[in-house]
Amino acid sequence: MPERLPQYLLVMATVTYLVRMAPLAFFRREIRSVFLRSFLYYVQFAMLGAMTFPAIFFSTNSVLSAVVGTLVAVALAWREKGLLTVALSACGAVFVVEILQRIVKFP
Amino acid sequence: MQAPGVNSAKKGIHDGLPIALGYLSVSFTFGMMAVAAGLPVWVAVLISMTNLTSAGQFAGLSLITAGASMVEMALTQLTINIRYSLMSLSLSQKLDRAVSLPHRLALSFGITDEIFAVAMGQTGTVGKRYFYGLMLMPYLGWSLGTLAGALAGSVLPQWVVGALGIAIYGMFVAIILPPARHSPAIRVVLLTAVALSCLLHFAPVLNQISSGFAIILCTLAAAALGALLFPLREEKPPAGTDAGQDGPRDETEN
Repeated sequence: MPERLPQYLLVMATVTYLVRMAPLAFFRREIRSVFLRSFLYYVQFAMLGAMTFPAIFFSTNSVLSAVVGTLVAVALAWREKGLLTVALSACGAVFVVEILQRIVKFP
Repeated sequence: MQAPGVNSAKKGIHDGLPIALGYLSVSFTFGMMAVAAGLPVWVAVLISMTNLTSAGQFAGLSLITAGASMVEMALTQLTINIRYSLMSLSLSQKLDRAVSLPHRLALSFGITDEIFAVAMGQTGTVGKRYFYGLMLMPYLGWSLGTLAGALAGSVLPQWVVGALGIAIYGMFVAIILPPARHSPAIRVVLLTAVALSCLLHFAPVLNQISSGFAIILCTLAAAALGALLFPLREEKPPAGTDAGQDGPRDETEN
């Protein structure tokens, strides 16, 4: 079990709740700043992009299998397949490549 | 000023059902991932029951695995979930004014992309009964899906679980690419974030920055660039159109 698990859980739940709760409970006005509205809108895409790359390339046992898995994920996601389909197909691709690597004794 | 609105728990539950079904598969994946990352089944379920958000939970999971600091965890959760503030703000206009503070404190827990979208799509104001009803099935679906995924993950052999490491990132790709395909602005923001993130990871000196803070820096810079280059146009929907289209709508839903 990872260290400091209780603290992590507390921080996650608290921050996530406060972000949702504060405006609904205490704010009665609309954000008018176009910059701020736009910024808040783009944040989600920027963050997921930064979290995914380059970390995705180091998420498996070999960079090669990760690259193949990434290509599969990107190809399917571009065709707007569902989350589970994309995620499991990437896993499948990684799995196949890693088996092949073991057979061929590829570095 | 407020038009008479929707306030039936039964209608809320009914409207929440399709959301709940959609949540099952995503939360199932989260449960599997959490167990693959070394968390006990009950912790996976506890996270889902106390967070009720996909991207934030997956992000939190990768930070727990990386042994990130609490500050990194807090800032990451803040950044990735900040869009809920905007939804919460919009809902504060949509919710029946008579809803008291204690109920607002409880209702706000149920704000997700999909619940927000359905609530905003109602004609007139939304009452607390409707909103509680709307929250119910998605919450159950999210929690039970996590439990099922975590249990499945526990019985799968290690060599299968090992290949699941890429699943979180595969999901992220599936979330961001469809909107990027349709919006050049989102494409620019995304590519900027990815380029900066790779730079901070590989460039000497810069790679001393911890990964949690690097992600936050990249996010803030890319989102600010997007807001400068492609400000969202103020949408004033003509009278009679769907109120749910007002303001930046989240596009990460399935």
